[in-house]
Amino acid sequence: MSVISQSHPAAAVSDGLRAGPDDRGFFGRFGGRFVAETLMPLILELQAEYERAQQDPDFYDELQALQADYVGRASPLYYAERLTEHLGGAKIYLKREDLMHTGAHKINNCLGQILLAKRMGKQRIIAETGAGMHGVATATVAARFGMDCVIYMGSTDIHRQQPNVDRMRLLGAQVIPVESGTGTLKDAMNEALRDWVTNVDSTFYIIGTVAGPHPYPAMVRDFQSIIGQEVRVQMQAKEGRLPDSLVACIGGGSNAMGLFHPFLDDADVAMIGVEAGGEGVETGHHAASLNGGVPGVLHGNRTFLLQSDDGQIQDAHSISAGLDYPGIGPEHAWLHDIQRVEYISITDTEALEGFKVLCRLEGIIPALESSHALAEVMRRAPSLPKDHLMVVNLSGRGDKDMATVTHYLADELAAAAAEQEGRA
Amino acid sequence: MSRIERRFQALKAEQRAALVTFVTAGDPNPEASLATLKGLPAAGADIIELGMPFTDPMADGTSIQKASQRALAAGQDMHKTLAMVKAFRQDDQDTPLVLMGYYNPIYCYGIDRFLEVAAEAGVDGLIVVDLPPEHDDELCLPAAKAGIHFIRLATPTTDAKRLPKVLENTSGFLYYVSSTGVTGAAAPTPAKVQAEVEAIRRSTDIPIAVGFGIRKPEQAAEIGRFADAVVVGSGLVDCIAQGETPEAGTQAVHQLTQALSSALKQARTPA
Repeated sequence: MSVISQSHPAAAVSDGLRAGPDDRGFFGRFGGRFVAETLMPLILELQAEYERAQQDPDFYDELQALQADYVGRASPLYYAERLTEHLGGAKIYLKREDLMHTGAHKINNCLGQILLAKRMGKQRIIAETGAGMHGVATATVAARFGMDCVIYMGSTDIHRQQPNVDRMRLLGAQVIPVESGTGTLKDAMNEALRDWVTNVDSTFYIIGTVAGPHPYPAMVRDFQSIIGQEVRVQMQAKEGRLPDSLVACIGGGSNAMGLFHPFLDDADVAMIGVEAGGEGVETGHHAASLNGGVPGVLHGNRTFLLQSDDGQIQDAHSISAGLDYPGIGPEHAWLHDIQRVEYISITDTEALEGFKVLCRLEGIIPALESSHALAEVMRRAPSLPKDHLMVVNLSGRGDKDMATVTHYLADELAAAAAEQEGRA
Repeated sequence: MSRIERRFQALKAEQRAALVTFVTAGDPNPEASLATLKGLPAAGADIIELGMPFTDPMADGTSIQKASQRALAAGQDMHKTLAMVKAFRQDDQDTPLVLMGYYNPIYCYGIDRFLEVAAEAGVDGLIVVDLPPEHDDELCLPAAKAGIHFIRLATPTTDAKRLPKVLENTSGFLYYVSSTGVTGAAAPTPAKVQAEVEAIRRSTDIPIAVGFGIRKPEQAAEIGRFADAVVVGSGLVDCIAQGETPEAGTQAVHQLTQALSSALKQARTPA
């Protein structure tokens, strides 16, 4: 049985920093519903259905039962003893979303949304995916509920995340390569929106992150907030108090929002969001929308975007396909505006260092996305006192990244192999 | 009375539907695109929609996506698009010109500056796909103040309950999207479209244009029997894509425009 009793989002405290968005979907100046008229009636219907579901105990009973027995929640809060010793400062805990069914936090949101799709009588599910983790989670819940599933994935990403493509197909999903634009996550999202606008009557679009038109950013946040809700309870049990700081990586920002949101009104809890710095924000080859972008409107919401002076969207770059998105969820843009959360960036090279350290010290192969958060922990923890409690969201496991990592670390791995053969 | 209103009044007297042509600004390059634009009225375009290219055209099918990509690759930007309108207006004071596209390039240019430059260049209206009535405060209301029509899209999913909201701040004409889907997709069934257009007509006096999926003169004629205007976009843009040279593309656009125009002129003549 789950150790956490998930509170109904509707019943949660609705003041302070957790009150947003407003009824037009705005967090401060960010968010909104910037979509074609064809989609507006459906988006309003979805919002109404979500509000009804929030009042329905049966909805949460079903969600909670699946979270416990199908996903394996609660995910452990693990004290990383050797990493802590190695860094010599803050006491580091890992929130083990990598251990959940399908290997990442994405399933939390997919379960919630597919239950809504079922309530709305939709039989066809579509989704976009970058690294493939959201695609796999969507294909998984579609299989579990016997629904048709179409996943849009950029052709560039298909190439670098082949194992996840195979997983989705094994789960019965149709994976459609997207050649338009640059063949990455934003193009997959465009194509999913085009499908949705065409098949609006039959189709439910499971957006994978805290972005898109209202109510998606709030809805995905609510479904992911179980991460932070569990951490509150687990940290109380282990340390008798709340953590001092939270660290999470950010592409669109769903794992970070899930961890941060339940703590937003706890002024003593510091939060650090880690964007993908690619080859360095100064090089222009990065995916750091907050640190290297300006406000604009894309995919249904106003937020920080990587774009030219002419308002043309620019390609993001990151070693991690899951962070390779030129925007960020609007609630993060707002939290950045009001400086409640500190947003920094980590380069590809630093992320690989974080990846290697966790493999060696803790016997855990992290996703390259989560490795960005780990790299920031390595930078920050040594100078903090030993009683500083730091939680890092280990949002996914790294098996899917083996091809990328072996490519980048080819020389190192070859040297290790030569040395081991020499010894044999 | 605005240029758009004058044009619809004149066409009403002629008892025919307006031909609305769409091309993307700067496609395939700035020079050829201006030549295409300037020749459209003589070829029979009654109202011109000029696309503002965008990297991420979520509501467009392949034809118009590629037109945007060609234009951007050739260096088109908002400054050049507005300059193009100004150049067009030097020779033509009568043909209404509507800019069509997505919100971000306008937002990025700056709303006030955009409206000022657009009004001065001679832009008559705006169609911005991703600005539903819920966001009228962003651009629709400021545009009205600047004397520029904000032309809204209504779709098959716009039900009776929602229609008043869509009509509320719409001016110039209403653009009825005849099918759910992206531009250039499947052709609509005229009977179904007619029923929907007539349903909308009970709620408004403004002219109703029909678009999405209309490519051929005979399709245009069928829709032109009951609609106030017929919009053709992807079919024209494909002429540019298929042109062996930019000049050939321009010529092909004008030829198709002529064919569409004469089909519309005959559409309401009793057989």
